[in-house]
Amino acid sequence: MIRPNALTPKLVLSFGALVVLGCIVPLIVEDYDSYQITVAFSYGIAILGLNILTGYNGQFSIGHSAFFAIGAYTSAIMISHFGWHPYATLPFVAIAAFMVGFLFGFPALRLEGLYLALATFALAVATPQILKVDALEEWTGGVQGLFFDKPDPIMGGMSIDQSLYYVTWIVFVVLMALTWALLHSRSGRAIMAIRDNPIAASTMGINTALYKTTTFGISAMFAGLGGAFFAFANAFVSPDTFNFFIAVYLLVGSVVGGIVSIPGALLGGLFYVFGQEYAEEVSNLSELIPPPWVTFGIFLILMMYFAPFGIWGLIERGMARLKRPSSS
Amino acid sequence: MDLFLQLTLAGLAIGSIYACVALAVVMIYQATDHFNFAQGEMAMFSTFVAWALFQATGSIWLAFVLAVAASFIAGIIIERVIVKPVESAPVFNQIIVFIGLLMIFNNLAGWFWEHTTKTLPSLFSEDMGFESTLISPHNLGVILFTLALLLVVFLFFKFTKVGLAMKAAAANPDSARLVGVSVGWMLALGWGLASAIGAVGGVLVAPIVFLEPNMMSGVLLYGFAGALFGGVNSPGGAVAGGLIVGVLENWARQYVPGGSELGLTFALVLIVGVLMFKPAGLFGRVVVKRV
Repeated sequence: MIRPNALTPKLVLSFGALVVLGCIVPLIVEDYDSYQITVAFSYGIAILGLNILTGYNGQFSIGHSAFFAIGAYTSAIMISHFGWHPYATLPFVAIAAFMVGFLFGFPALRLEGLYLALATFALAVATPQILKVDALEEWTGGVQGLFFDKPDPIMGGMSIDQSLYYVTWIVFVVLMALTWALLHSRSGRAIMAIRDNPIAASTMGINTALYKTTTFGISAMFAGLGGAFFAFANAFVSPDTFNFFIAVYLLVGSVVGGIVSIPGALLGGLFYVFGQEYAEEVSNLSELIPPPWVTFGIFLILMMYFAPFGIWGLIERGMARLKRPSSS
Repeated sequence: MDLFLQLTLAGLAIGSIYACVALAVVMIYQATDHFNFAQGEMAMFSTFVAWALFQATGSIWLAFVLAVAASFIAGIIIERVIVKPVESAPVFNQIIVFIGLLMIFNNLAGWFWEHTTKTLPSLFSEDMGFESTLISPHNLGVILFTLALLLVVFLFFKFTKVGLAMKAAAANPDSARLVGVSVGWMLALGWGLASAIGAVGGVLVAPIVFLEPNMMSGVLLYGFAGALFGGVNSPGGAVAGGLIVGVLENWARQYVPGGSELGLTFALVLIVGVLMFKPAGLFGRVVVKRV
């Protein structure tokens, strides 16, 4: 559970099955559901970045809403001011978010994870205010934000929402595969060694400073890409969409899905959208049932006591137990 | 010159509120090595409790005292019941528990009292026989009140047995346990004091920022900035840091172009700047860790 699964035929098969399953979904559900799942994927991509950072590298961020916003705004500005095709902006989104994340990782170099959490907290709280600044209003649209059109369908016969769903899903799947490959490489082992024991890692010749900032950059890049897809799905960005609580909710999704896992990001994204919707419905039933995020807060704390590796951690534990029924 | 004095005095007033929050943050940091990210929301909730009590009793001072006392007890209970199980867990679990608390308090307040802004009257009314163009009665009251509070806290830690035991439990838990200090309860007491001080900060700031569930996120950020600036392991430094941040913020709002809309960004720059160039803060010690 602490390291990603080895490359086995089973892993390839189940991943393939997941990809196919994801492709079938929009054919059988309504457009609105496709839209909602697309939003869940966009959160999932950001959560994947958070998992790499926190789960595999041991650094903390409670400010990923800021990088989510950078991705969304980079895309939105290129689309509405320069008339770019939405998908063509993605490489620039990735570069911009990576650069900002890489630079922001610097203060963390000499310090423990807690201070990074603090710095990212500050970034997340300040982000909406920065986006509203008068001097940038010409570009960011100030308080109103920016509106643009959803990207056109990539193929005839598809609705706009279905098309966006497929693009988002493909990008998500590719990013999951890339993350797996990264974590299985020499660099991935270095990233995890830093989490497990930074001092031992640097004694082994790992450039901890470079790896930490680069990991932060990659994590921010994922969050930025997620933000761009979030913007596409809603066809709209505004400063208050990216408030500090988005960062909190992303972190919640990450923890619930399983922060030290790759598929956990998918679960986390789905939980973010549908868990919230479901809890909202439940809380509407009676005055006495608390609103969703109160319940989730309690749930989150309970998870830290009993299941710190989230849903995916529970699944893996269950599967391990099924394999060796006698040993437990 | 008058404007400059007004700005400075108003900055000192808001700075003393930041100082309260910074002190609450530092108290928990010293005892547990963690930042309590829920500190602001706990203070916000306490302020709402004060508001509800004010509606019920009609006396702001009575409501204030009751709310602070309730916060003290609630702080102790939170530490004993919610935080204690993760006391020896990795940093990650603790941060997540704090985030959970933050979510609970923020949304509970919205649930109980709705998201509309409310007004809480100042503890220091207009008719206290004081008038000046330089500073409002509320601001003067805030400065004097927090100074008195900080003095009491200082004397408590310096001269009472419990205060010394709390310091001992924070500085060296193992040795403190050996000489008979109940470290766990000292921690709980620290949480109680921190949330009581946070409640004071909340009630003092409410007449300035309006009472609503998100009112403390900015104040907490400035509190963090103050705590870091002064030195995160020095309570006196945190107070000084809070005051300095308050004054700097007010100057920046007036004299820096575009400063009035970038207050929080200023806190961000300050936090990142301190972390990069002087992580120990102005008055803090550099902590050397044994490997």
